[in-house]
Amino acid sequence: MPAGSVGVVETRHVRLFTAEEPLRMMSGSSLGPVDVAYETYGELSPGRDNAVMVCHALTGDAHAAGLHAGADRPGWWDNLIGPGKPLDTDRFFVISANLLGGCQGTTGPASINPETGRAFGLDFPLLAMADLVEVHRALIAHLGIDRLLAALGGSLGGMQVLQWALSHPDEIANALVVAASSRLNAQNIAFSAVARRAIMTDRFFKDGRYAEEGVSPATGLAIARMMAHITYLSEAALEEKFGREPNRRQPSIGGPGFGIDFAVESYLDHQGQAFLERFDALSYLYLTRVMDYFDPFSGPDALAAVTADPVKWLVLSFESDWRFGTDHSRRIVRKLEGAGQPVTFREIGSTWGHDSFLLPVERYHATLRAFFDRALEEGLG
Amino acid sequence: MTPLRKDLALVASLIPDGSRVLDLGCGSGNLLSHLMHHQGCRGTGVEIDPEKVLAAIRLGVPVIELDINRELDEFSDSSYDVVVLSRTLQTVRYPDRVLRHMARIAGRLIVSVPNFGWYRHRLRMLRGRLPMGKDLPYSWYDSPNVRYTTLVDLQLLFDEVGLEVEQTIPLGTTGDPLKAAPGLANLLASTGVYVLRPASA
Repeated sequence: MPAGSVGVVETRHVRLFTAEEPLRMMSGSSLGPVDVAYETYGELSPGRDNAVMVCHALTGDAHAAGLHAGADRPGWWDNLIGPGKPLDTDRFFVISANLLGGCQGTTGPASINPETGRAFGLDFPLLAMADLVEVHRALIAHLGIDRLLAALGGSLGGMQVLQWALSHPDEIANALVVAASSRLNAQNIAFSAVARRAIMTDRFFKDGRYAEEGVSPATGLAIARMMAHITYLSEAALEEKFGREPNRRQPSIGGPGFGIDFAVESYLDHQGQAFLERFDALSYLYLTRVMDYFDPFSGPDALAAVTADPVKWLVLSFESDWRFGTDHSRRIVRKLEGAGQPVTFREIGSTWGHDSFLLPVERYHATLRAFFDRALEEGLG
Repeated sequence: MTPLRKDLALVASLIPDGSRVLDLGCGSGNLLSHLMHHQGCRGTGVEIDPEKVLAAIRLGVPVIELDINRELDEFSDSSYDVVVLSRTLQTVRYPDRVLRHMARIAGRLIVSVPNFGWYRHRLRMLRGRLPMGKDLPYSWYDSPNVRYTTLVDLQLLFDEVGLEVEQTIPLGTTGDPLKAAPGLANLLASTGVYVLRPASA
């Protein structure tokens, strides 16, 4: 086992809502049962004051750190979570859960609707960020935690943290919102729209009933992923990684044509294909819509709860991120700082674009480490 | 906790308990940390030096990393009780703009500035050398300071920007207030500390 790893971990499952006691959703719908897949790392302190929840982004899962038995690839945030790492599992108790609407063990549109015995498909209720948060809240309650020392998330994960801390500031002492947005702009929504269109016009989408027919809108989902992946990397990062290199893996036979001629094409193709093995098209539709409609500062009382009960905020953006760039983070900072919240903001220099939040960028990790160390020192107070 | 540097302790003494404070050029956050722990203040620091920002975060001081020269419009009108600019005015490109922003953001301004008109600097100038000393410890070519002023010239800028001086505290090289006659401040003070308010307020 490499140093700094939490070792072999297992995803656990718990039923947090039932048909009798369903999840009441923002749309007015109810949903039950709701099962949640989650992992934990480190030990909860006797005072239950060292719990940190990490919230994953659009296509993440509960497996944030360590290795599953027999696997050789660690969890998606393994560079951050582990003994001696910024989120030091010798001192913090870390919780990671697959979000509502996901497809990696938590109830989502591909789950079976108990009323029909078939997958929900497009009958799954539309989701709001607050619904995702309600399920996280139920999970920490299940784990016996009243108040988190911190909640941390990047991108869609940061948006969950923002929603959670605004609506239930008594449950989060420190909120870390990384490369996130409080309101998608037209360009962001436009990219989501094309991704959804690619999925929904795939001839195997079958109005969302593809699984019953044993097919899948694979072409549409792969195109959605390919396009999204371009937005996750900066122009400079793509240039550095691939430039105009030819695709050496499968050189085109007989010279230039309409195959996968360039290395960048090969990379995107691989990203699209690999995605099909782990992600569901319906989850992609539902979760991108959650982001499109997210606008937590819009209500007149949006800041009332957190003004009465301030949260310590860390908001971070990355210089080369053009998906949720610094303007998005600055808007969050202006809203919070304008409401008198203790808020820390940094724009981290990084050439890797939106993806930077998943990478061990030195100044980024140093900032998280300083913020977490201070948080632990101050406790839940 | 290490004791507060003398000039910062003086600044702290000019800030009413319980204030909301914006500290522009907050460094490692020592002043704000002191104010938060000992005077019941809340606040935000602004700093551009990455290592100092990190130190302030570790100290538990809310800090926003931005450029005072370009980005002060991130702060809205009257959003703080007190805004502090401690030993920073000489490092900004447009001191007048920064002061105008400060007057917009808070009703009470505390500004401390090294005095280029201090007699030791004048003597050094007479010898044909640019000022250097405890308060101006840099060579001209590697100094972060881009704007030098005397206390008299500074007063003219305050007038121009519409700031009323409530209190002037000339400091000697030890960081203690000078007891000399106020008329001699421009000669004897190595640093001037000012409490200001917008003239209209």
